[in-house]
Amino acid sequence: MNDPVNSNFENRGPAMANMNISMSPKSLGHLVPWAVAIAFFFLFPERLGQWTEILIWVLFTISMDLALGYAGIVTLGHAAFFGIGAYTAGLMSIHVTGDPIIGMVAATVLAGIAGLITGMLILHTTGVTLLMLTLAIAAMLENWANRATKITGGDDGLQGMELGNLFGIFEFNFFGVTAFWYALGVLFIWFLIAYRIVRSPFGRSIDGIRQNANRMRAIGTPVWWRLVVMYGVSAAMAGSAGALTSYKTEFVGLTVLQLLTSGIVAVMLILGGQKTIYGAFFGAAIYIMVRDTAAETYPFLSEAIIGIMLILVVLFLEDGVMSVPKILRRRPKKAAE
Amino acid sequence: MSLVSFLTILLDGLAFGMILFIISVGLTITMGLMRVINLAHGAFAMVGGYVVAILTGDGMNLWLAILIGCTAAGLLGGLAEMTILRPLYRKGEMAQVLLTFGLAFVSISALTEIFGPNPIPVVFPDYMTGQLDIGFRTYPAYRLFLIGVGLVMALCLWYLIDKTLYGARLRAAVDNPNMARAVGMNVSFLFTITFVGGSALAGLGGAIGAGILPLEPFYSLKYVVLFLIVVIVGGEGSFKGSFAAAIAVGLVDTAGKFLIPDVAPYLIYIVVFLLLLWRPNGLLPPKSVA
Repeated sequence: MNDPVNSNFENRGPAMANMNISMSPKSLGHLVPWAVAIAFFFLFPERLGQWTEILIWVLFTISMDLALGYAGIVTLGHAAFFGIGAYTAGLMSIHVTGDPIIGMVAATVLAGIAGLITGMLILHTTGVTLLMLTLAIAAMLENWANRATKITGGDDGLQGMELGNLFGIFEFNFFGVTAFWYALGVLFIWFLIAYRIVRSPFGRSIDGIRQNANRMRAIGTPVWWRLVVMYGVSAAMAGSAGALTSYKTEFVGLTVLQLLTSGIVAVMLILGGQKTIYGAFFGAAIYIMVRDTAAETYPFLSEAIIGIMLILVVLFLEDGVMSVPKILRRRPKKAAE
Repeated sequence: MSLVSFLTILLDGLAFGMILFIISVGLTITMGLMRVINLAHGAFAMVGGYVVAILTGDGMNLWLAILIGCTAAGLLGGLAEMTILRPLYRKGEMAQVLLTFGLAFVSISALTEIFGPNPIPVVFPDYMTGQLDIGFRTYPAYRLFLIGVGLVMALCLWYLIDKTLYGARLRAAVDNPNMARAVGMNVSFLFTITFVGGSALAGLGGAIGAGILPLEPFYSLKYVVLFLIVVIVGGEGSFKGSFAAAIAVGLVDTAGKFLIPDVAPYLIYIVVFLLLLWRPNGLLPPKSVA
């Protein structure tokens, strides 16, 4: 990847492998994550907060998968869009309307526009420079939000959100039932969009750009524009996830904009597996469950546990949890040789 | 703005810039040499700083403590390079970011566990904590000391990199690692000793810079963005570029705090953003990327 001369087009990846969805028994697998999510709602109602958090991070991680996984845009600044979404949803509910749908749309659109604009500015660069630019954007926003206490509440966070009922009926309350279903619904819609995008001709050209931008340019693909559009979609999705967090907690803190947030979403993506979309479910769920369990049992060592997990994943499970079945299938063959 | 405040900003900015330079120069060279993004570099600075803080807290002479601290940071850097970082060179940027992110996490947790979450001070000798009369005003001796150390280190490194055989090899390997290997250089070994040296320098910076960048467990994550800025604005692998970038970052940040305090916290990111749009490869990129 680092050496443009020697990087050939990769073999057809997992994205190609399951391109055809028909009603075969295999395709029932697509229902599993949703069935699990709904089942847990009934099985562990006391853990609803954690599950809602996982769903939100799944959405954020899918958005990262579009940018980093499929398009190869190396970013450590996705928290910027997550944060824009969160603050927009929060501020809308305080100053304009408490309607969670209007707030969600506003947050998504605004984050998407921010993605398009910053994407236009930075996507002609690659590698470390791009990484630094994305980092700088997020850091800029974070420090601005910290300073602009009148608008954002600064370090204390944005307080006093007042939410209306979802569809005018369902109340956002302490039990978090509405928040859970809202998160699940928004995630499902975005999931369908993402699933469609990466299998469309547009998505295929994005895949080509990641593998070799120069060759794609040579066959006439508008590389820069395609990347900008993908980045914009990804940003909009991150904005939705941000809005969901603010609805879940009815509070927006500065952490939504921090480097750590950008880092965590990248961790979840790598942990689950890039370019799979489904990897996001595993990555987010494993990360959050390990984090919470570690925090309960070894409160002082939780960072170390996550850090060690990261190191091990990068060293030994490069393609994430989603690649485990493939690795297991490959093993016996190797032994036979 | 009066001349006095102008000179004060200049000196404060220089002192800050020198610290950034000492810590970041190792990162610049290792990133230029192996194209590996190391977010754990701040952890080596932190380890050096902690060792010095603890030893001076026990009453040890500062210079001796610094020597021990640098050795510790250097050894730890070498160990990390040989064990965990080496498999990373062939992987993508994100894998590198995440693994070193993981290392930083571990260092945070370990230091919190052992020394607690609060900042710990390096005890500087009396002659550094006072004020010196420098003509137009009195000025903290500590900051003058930082500027002095920074200049001395810059001169030594300039000599090492521009005038010695080691330096010639290093520059050749940064410009074209494959060609360097082809003519028989042991680039991996070169990299390991450079990594050790860079980590030791980071340890030095972490220790003497403790008065400006306080030592606390989150040190490595808190300031790593600053170090990366210096590296990338200067141009990966460019020693002179990182000196220029570190001084520039120091001056811009300090001037911002004095003159436009409302904008100061994000001023540096705006400047970096614009600068990288203008020159994506940094101020003074080495030949390989220019």
